[in-house]
Amino acid sequence: MELKTLCETQGLPGREEKVRAMVREACEQALGKDAVSLDGLGSVIAVRRGSDPTRPRVLLAAHMDEVGLMIVSATEEGLLRFRPLGGVDARVLVSKRVRVGYDQADKPSLPGVIGAMAIHQQTAEDRKAVLPVEQLYIDIGARDKAEAERVAPAGTPVTFDAPCVPFGDGLVLAKALDDRVGVYNLLRLLDAPYAGDLVFAFTCQEEGGCRGAGTAARRAQPEIALILECTTANDLGDMPEALQVCRVGQGVCVSFMDNTSIGNAELYRAMLALGRDRGIPCQVKTFVAGGNDAGEIQRAGVGCRTLALSVPCRNIHSAAGVCSLSDIRAQEDLVRAWLAGR
Amino acid sequence: MEELIKTLTAAYGPSGREGEVADLIEGMLAGKVDSVRRDALGNLICEKKGTAADGRRIMLAAHMDQIGLVVTHVEKEGFLRVSNVGGINAANSRTRHVRFHNGVQGVLVEQPLKPGETSSLRSYYIDIGAKDAAQALSMVELGDVAVYAEGCFSIGAHRLAAPAMDDRCACALLVKLMQTLPACRDTVVAVFTAQEEVGTRGAQTAAYSLEPDLGIALDVTLCGDVPEDRKLAIALGEGPAIKVMDAHSISNPDLVRELLAAADRAGVACQREVLPHGGTDAGAMQRTRGGMPVCTVSIPCRNVHSSCEIVDLTDMDGALRVLLSYLA
Repeated sequence: MELKTLCETQGLPGREEKVRAMVREACEQALGKDAVSLDGLGSVIAVRRGSDPTRPRVLLAAHMDEVGLMIVSATEEGLLRFRPLGGVDARVLVSKRVRVGYDQADKPSLPGVIGAMAIHQQTAEDRKAVLPVEQLYIDIGARDKAEAERVAPAGTPVTFDAPCVPFGDGLVLAKALDDRVGVYNLLRLLDAPYAGDLVFAFTCQEEGGCRGAGTAARRAQPEIALILECTTANDLGDMPEALQVCRVGQGVCVSFMDNTSIGNAELYRAMLALGRDRGIPCQVKTFVAGGNDAGEIQRAGVGCRTLALSVPCRNIHSAAGVCSLSDIRAQEDLVRAWLAGR
Repeated sequence: MEELIKTLTAAYGPSGREGEVADLIEGMLAGKVDSVRRDALGNLICEKKGTAADGRRIMLAAHMDQIGLVVTHVEKEGFLRVSNVGGINAANSRTRHVRFHNGVQGVLVEQPLKPGETSSLRSYYIDIGAKDAAQALSMVELGDVAVYAEGCFSIGAHRLAAPAMDDRCACALLVKLMQTLPACRDTVVAVFTAQEEVGTRGAQTAAYSLEPDLGIALDVTLCGDVPEDRKLAIALGEGPAIKVMDAHSISNPDLVRELLAAADRAGVACQREVLPHGGTDAGAMQRTRGGMPVCTVSIPCRNVHSSCEIVDLTDMDGALRVLLSYLA
């Protein structure tokens, strides 16, 4: 499946149905209908039975959801109030184009724009402050409250309106790269050679607090889990090197720890060594922050060894993420090489 | 007990890297328990079968891991930037001798703060004597973890100070308990847990796989008997403490009473502990699967999360007698 298709598909935490349908169909085509199931929260779990029971049962996981917004009410003037779903920085919102609602076959989503007080009316103090989400609204051109509530009632999902486009020298610019790059690679890895049981989990609600990963992992019951993620690349401007986390174009990021998990020490070393031996570009994630599905997966049931492998992404959690195609490729290559060697 | 504590506090074992501690404990318990295994998170699980068919299954948890400093970046001058593994207190870490698992030694230093800058680990670095980044990276790798290097030493008549007293003193207590425990009705599973300091992660998976009827965590607690104290009614040397509650668990009241009664039978004076913050493996155990009654037997400890955590051997001995009395 094309990365462009995946990134342009709408899928908020808890509202992953469009991504889920695409993923499910792709898995069923590759592995057969019987191999694919959904768990209670809506994660897609595809199981590929191995021929060698002595090999560890491996889980590969990526989350389907992206950050976005949700409508909570309408003003008398017909403007929509909203709340973020997942970690959205209020500073990246003003004047962004959004899609209100999901595109349906018979009914496209509505174009909208996030508005705030015009610069002409702002005081000097206003201009220095970041407008909180509570002072922003989405304008869909509705005439009044009744019309706004009719076309975009409370609970309506809102995604960034941003096409996925090639960017500069081997980069890609898109919304939802976190974590459609992981979903993209997971789908590419459905045919990866491995003699043991291999489970693919396309999890839901990661951005809402890593909720889907625990239930998916309890079903999958892996011994080892690799989490295919997208992570902050803080490599712009005059950021000191110690705070850059990782750099776009320098390879897939291997994590020794974040706030939710410590990467299994042997897996961590083995993965870096494998990258060196095979010439697959790897880098170490050099800042301890954030978390991902690894935290829930390692503690699900009797627990398992985990390691997160992430594609660096600039402007993560915004309408304009930037990833390198070579890093995306490196994520796939590293997992493929690791599976082949187990 | 003193020898066990000295041996165990000398071992290297920050969260996620508890293997050396587990190896030591496994050796100490060889032949003393019915089964030993490790799980995916690195817990060491040692079981002693009970004599009664209807006996309970009791999980005792003491965590092996200690707090540490993980290398996140190497400056071109060869200094290491770090992040905390668990609750490192920056003020307790200024100009400390630290060590890595491979033997590399270093000094943890706080750089001069700029006006208005507040002290945090971001302004710390480790000096390992390297002349540049290349030399530093030949000595340690990104992701390696340093721990306080102080050795264990005696202070006063029967007190010991060491880094990692939290929670190796309780590991020593649990080792001693399993070494001396006579045959008893209940099955006792001693779990030396991994990754407690980063969020009681090991206890959760161990409790899931063991499905115990009851959980007791063994951990250190803070003392309120020092200058400018935090008004905690816990004093060093006044006996082990039976936890009534902390921020992560409310001890089962029946279990608290039973442990206090067991202490009475053994003639051990206990303290009752109410800690307004913090938590132990009991917090993770009580919420696993369908839940279970839990309590924590605490060892009073001064300067918790520093390189000189102080415990009193009479408290350790008291805790051992309480647990033996309870399980008998």
